[in-house]
Amino acid sequence: MNLTVPSETGPQPPPGPAASTASNDSPPRPPFAQDWGRIARMGAVGAVGQIFISLSNMPVKLDGRAIIEGILSLGYLSLVVLPFAVGSRVGYQVRREGVPFHRPGTYEVVGGAACGAVVGGGLSLLAILIANFDLREPLVNWSPILADLLAFNRGTAFAVVIWLAVGAVIGALGGLLRVVPPLAKRILWTVVLTLFGAAVLESLTTDLAEGMGLEGPVEWFYAPRGGLTVTGAIALAIGSAVLAVVGRGRVKGAKAHIDSLEGPARTRAHLGLILATGAVLVILPMFAGKLTNELLANVGLFVLLALGLNVVVGLAGILDLGYVAFFAVGSYSAAVLTAAASPRINPELPWFVALIGVVILTGLVGLFIGAPVIRMRGDYLAIVTLGFGEIIRLLFLSDWLSGWFGGSQGITNIPGAEIFGLAEVSGTDPRSVFYLVLAFCAIAIYVSWRLERSRIGRAWMAVREDETVAEAMGINTVNVKLLAFVVGAVLGSFSGAIFSAKVGSVFPASFLILVSIVILVVVIFGGMGSIVGVIAGSAVLIGVLGGPKQPGLLAEFSEFKLLIYGALLVWMMLARPEGLIPSVRRTRELHQEEMAQDAWLRGQTDEDETADDNNGAAAGRTAVGES
Amino acid sequence: MSQDPPDRAVPLLEMRKVNAHYGAVHALRDVNLSIYAGELVCLLGGNASGKSTTLKTLLGMLTPTSGEVVLDGEVVNGRPTSYLVARGVTMVPENRRLFKRLTVRENLQLGAYLRKDSDAVASDLERVFELFPRVKERLGQKAGTLSGGEQQMVAIGRALMSQPRVLLMDEPSMGLAPTLVQQNFELISQIHEAGMTVFMVEQNANMALGIADRGWVLQTGRVVLDDTAEALLANPALRTSYLGGGKDDSDSS
Ligand SMILES: Nc1ncnc2c1ncn2[C@@H]1O[C@H](COP(=O)(O)OP(=O)(O)OP(=O)(O)O)[C@@H](O)[C@H]1O
Ligand SMILES: [Mg+2]
Repeated sequence: MNLTVPSETGPQPPPGPAASTASNDSPPRPPFAQDWGRIARMGAVGAVGQIFISLSNMPVKLDGRAIIEGILSLGYLSLVVLPFAVGSRVGYQVRREGVPFHRPGTYEVVGGAACGAVVGGGLSLLAILIANFDLREPLVNWSPILADLLAFNRGTAFAVVIWLAVGAVIGALGGLLRVVPPLAKRILWTVVLTLFGAAVLESLTTDLAEGMGLEGPVEWFYAPRGGLTVTGAIALAIGSAVLAVVGRGRVKGAKAHIDSLEGPARTRAHLGLILATGAVLVILPMFAGKLTNELLANVGLFVLLALGLNVVVGLAGILDLGYVAFFAVGSYSAAVLTAAASPRINPELPWFVALIGVVILTGLVGLFIGAPVIRMRGDYLAIVTLGFGEIIRLLFLSDWLSGWFGGSQGITNIPGAEIFGLAEVSGTDPRSVFYLVLAFCAIAIYVSWRLERSRIGRAWMAVREDETVAEAMGINTVNVKLLAFVVGAVLGSFSGAIFSAKVGSVFPASFLILVSIVILVVVIFGGMGSIVGVIAGSAVLIGVLGGPKQPGLLAEFSEFKLLIYGALLVWMMLARPEGLIPSVRRTRELHQEEMAQDAWLRGQTDEDETADDNNGAAAGRTAVGES
Repeated sequence: MSQDPPDRAVPLLEMRKVNAHYGAVHALRDVNLSIYAGELVCLLGGNASGKSTTLKTLLGMLTPTSGEVVLDGEVVNGRPTSYLVARGVTMVPENRRLFKRLTVRENLQLGAYLRKDSDAVASDLERVFELFPRVKERLGQKAGTLSGGEQQMVAIGRALMSQPRVLLMDEPSMGLAPTLVQQNFELISQIHEAGMTVFMVEQNANMALGIADRGWVLQTGRVVLDDTAEALLANPALRTSYLGGGKDDSDSS
């Protein structure tokens, strides 16, 4: 939730007609003629949110993590995000043709302050409630420390006043965001994101800097007990502000430049970017310690899984809620084929040889599950895949197969993966695990990229759009969907095989439904059908917040991970349904739909026209607006 | 497109006493049809008479429960749709059914999905552009945002991209504005004159018979009239068979 950027300052392009409406700007609204009803409504929603956040115990748990030493902790941050967002949102005006747009001014600041005070008032109310009633009975999650945290150890009365005041100030700041010129807004966001990013990435940067022998500067930036030092924060703020001013438009310009390239030049630019990224990913881990490499390896395992699921969901449009099954089959088959301790058969194959078996087995399981499943459509399919995901886990858990897979004991003492006698990759050496994962990610990226642009990729698109017509075009829909299922299964099995070598043991409990859900969230959050998006999604969700069992950079979040996943997902669907880094196609799909709707609202439907000039012009506008 | 003169000996596509079911529903009853190369023929009938089902059966999307579907002398019952499409049977579906969120270009490419001869595909694409210059202007646009008339052009273009020998069209004038309907039938006869065999399903009997050579009338899954276009237009039974009241007559005939 700390990533919440009020949506209207977010990166989405402004709606088309905005450009032409500068003319109907009208003077600012008088500061005290507020829409009090709106303020009360939005403030109440925010206040409920604040109370909910507090009672979930997030502020107390996150208070241990400092952002800026002695000034701001993640816990307090979680309490000021809402007043800020709501205070900014309350003054929002939609630009509409023919409706006056008031220039922002004191009105927005006053409204923001009032609304922020209402939100902060939620905490005041909570402080009173805690002091006077026993809330522990029904609401068990929050800890008594909350009262002290809210009151800064100075008693209930202080808490009541201070949160009204803090809410008002923060809300006013949010309102101010509407008034300040774009450059100031830009600087502000850059500074805020830089400081937050630096604090989040603390363990990563410290680790890397130590690897490079740069302890000195790091000690200057980061306090011994975590968080940025005050001087470090100021330095970073100034540095990033300068960068924001200097770099204004440069990044966008460079991107536009690359996008405008054509043919070989464009390919070269892309290749250069890919090689540079690859080089960084190869060199970086050399300087990183165990924890960082472990984190990178976990992110990589999820990238691999998400890329596999992306083929199934993103490309072929099959909503698979039981994807963890293939991760499980990959892990277990690798374990059985390589471990000496596996109960029934133990060929003790070298990892790479076993991988062949893993691919074949998982592919077969993919066929076996896929064959009945893909004949269904929509919601039925989703439910059935969910069922199969559980069935596979229960089979591994069952007494019936415990002779093979060890039941709830699982399989232990799985040897590391030996790479052609060159290196042994196992959990004790996360760096080598990361390199192995990286290699497989590269393969998976290449495979997805090629498939997407192939004839098969086109067939998947067609099936996703309209299965019946796809069939009428001569596409063998059953085979094509099965292929997507099997490709997804095999990519997931790579992740499983590496996972079992890394962890050294596999248990049914590692393959809960939750894993399927998390992978799906990664794909949706990152951007369905987008390779870069899926990678970014894993980095943000798994790397920062943490996976189902793996800690992320913000280890304090672990309890609230699912809550935050959910909140992020809801916010994403509202503000940016195409995902973090969408595929070109998805953006086009979503945005053209909007414009088609606009056209419809203007009374130009595509049903009732007579192919005259008027409609030709409308269609032309849509096409231009899209690019 | 085929330049051969109509071969009256062997029909290009034929149905012999075909019966088809949806579960227990008997949708086609002993249907006999024959389409010869170079013809423009049409199948008429009221709602739910089984017209779309006939097309689905011809394209292998529905397997007949008895009888034979014959393509060029070969019995193709039970063959998958891809087999028939590869051998030159193509359908323009009811309501056009473009892939709405794909671009016009991608729609056309999908029409040529089964073809491996990329050079010939490229030249067929040019031919589609010649036929429909408007389509060329809209290549990058999402098909769902096209106007109804444009969608019809893309739907026909998509079908032509598979290099068909016979074009099956399911109610091509459905959902088009009256002025477009006229234009649409002109377009179909233009394609036919260029040598294409067309089998068209229609409810608009007058217009369809105006351009067709022969026609059939279907009623509750049964062929009740089978004649030349002129004779059908003159036949008073054509009207009654549309009004549903003719059901008993047909059963006794
Ligand atoms: N998939 C299906 N499952 C079950 N019954 C079906 C199915 N498709 C069609 N039918 C039934 O088969 C009969 C013939 O339908 P068909 O679609 O061929 O009619 P049609 O002549 O094309 O009608 P229209 O002019 O309305 O398109 C109808 O009674 C219909 O309800
Ligand atoms: Mg029909």
